[in-house]
Amino acid sequence: MSVLQALDIGLAFLVFAVAAWTIFARGGFAATVGYVVYGLLLSLVWIRLFAVDVALTEAAIGSGVTGVLLIGAAARLRGAETEADEKSLRGLPRLFIAGLCVLVALALAAVVLLFPDSGPSLAPQAMRHLPETGLGNPVTAVLIAYRAFDTMLEKAVLVLAVVGVWSLAADRYWGGAPGEARAERPEPTLAFLAQVLAPLGILVGIHIFWVGADEPGGAFQGGAILAAMWMIVMMARLTEAPRTSAFWLRLALVAGPLVFLIAGVGGAIFAGRFFAYPPGFAKPAILFIEAFMVLSIAVALPMLVAGPPRREPRADRSR
Amino acid sequence: MTDFLLAAAGAILFTVAVGLVRILGGPGDADRMMAAQLIGTGGIGSLLLIAAATGARGVEDVALGLALLAAFASAAFVNSAAPAKDTDAVDGR
Amino acid sequence: MSLVDLFSIVAIGAGVFFFLAGTVGLLRFPDGLSRLHALTKADNLGLGLIVLGLLPRAESPLAAFKLVAIWALVQLAGATTAQLVGRAVRRKGTAA
Repeated sequence: MSVLQALDIGLAFLVFAVAAWTIFARGGFAATVGYVVYGLLLSLVWIRLFAVDVALTEAAIGSGVTGVLLIGAAARLRGAETEADEKSLRGLPRLFIAGLCVLVALALAAVVLLFPDSGPSLAPQAMRHLPETGLGNPVTAVLIAYRAFDTMLEKAVLVLAVVGVWSLAADRYWGGAPGEARAERPEPTLAFLAQVLAPLGILVGIHIFWVGADEPGGAFQGGAILAAMWMIVMMARLTEAPRTSAFWLRLALVAGPLVFLIAGVGGAIFAGRFFAYPPGFAKPAILFIEAFMVLSIAVALPMLVAGPPRREPRADRSR
Repeated sequence: MTDFLLAAAGAILFTVAVGLVRILGGPGDADRMMAAQLIGTGGIGSLLLIAAATGARGVEDVALGLALLAAFASAAFVNSAAPAKDTDAVDGR
Repeated sequence: MSLVDLFSIVAIGAGVFFFLAGTVGLLRFPDGLSRLHALTKADNLGLGLIVLGLLPRAESPLAAFKLVAIWALVQLAGATTAQLVGRAVRRKGTAA
């Protein structure tokens, strides 16, 4: 067995062990930390599978956005956890669910392990037409060129998710701001972290978005890192979440899917087909669309984590 | 050289696994936060070594992203554990 | 074996040793704060030595700069986490 194979087996075993621990962990917070650890290990697995774009997304979303979301949720639920919750799924229903999950996992494993060596794939065709899109990264080409409509709908789903989160607010808070007000004396350690991290993070986020045309990266990963930077500044309470009725906020949220849609319609006018790009103009168009996607993602993700408005809009307007 | 790099990555992962066993079950949430920190640093270390050994492109960006977000879980933990108006009793503020 | 390779091996080996030392400290130290100390100091030093060992093998100056930036960011995160978690441990006792 080569060193690489031993490493892969060890990594797989570690992933299993952490997943099992997360399932059996007691208490919301313990399970959340297990989940964050699991996500970081998965990034390593994606690297080993040479899916670097996915590893980047897993790192940015798993440890950044989702980790913060779950930790906040676990903290909010802590007081409400009771013995009754722990015991609610004992016995036969739990066994049944576990059995179903194991069955699905085994089925997936069987399918992957029994793949014929040269299974059906569109990858060679995708690579062959890559130069026409002007891109060097096939993943970006699939996302924004070959399957652009799909991606646009995904961004629209993000907007719907934000609307869903906002609709959880009580009637009198609608239009107000989520989260707490800016602190007069922010906690010094967090403030220092935010002040050093945010400028660097913004640079890195823009770099990853820009470089995604030719190297692993792209709009979603860059946007997720920018979102994380806004989130750390809000967590340090150096700034506060904006009012959900703010026009600039709502415009930024829809800018991504809107520009995407306009580009698609423009493709119908200028290039003969919905979501076609004029030849030779593909890469600038793609980068233009991606820039607005980055904006929307960077605004939508922190709003999802910040949660529904919890302050009355009128109280803020008096500032 | 490649084998050495991979072995080093494996050694770090093994170390992290042993550490995780102890602190994931550790009493209290602070120990679990240390688990997240441990896997973060160890994960970045093995990631850089695996990248150097297997030659995957763009992996430094993943490590950069992980390093940027390494403190996020701890920040969220502290933020959610302490209510907004809580003051640090020892500092007297 | 070239001198550069030898340097890399020594540096990375030392880095792995420090990771090991950090974990031993994590397992053996009696209370939360000293475990935190072992974790953040030894692991950051370990990562620094690994980055040092990988620097000569970097593909470009930008890649080398990224390696150093990664280490600096992990240092920042480690220091901040140590402060935040340490404060939580002190506030709530070792059963935090």
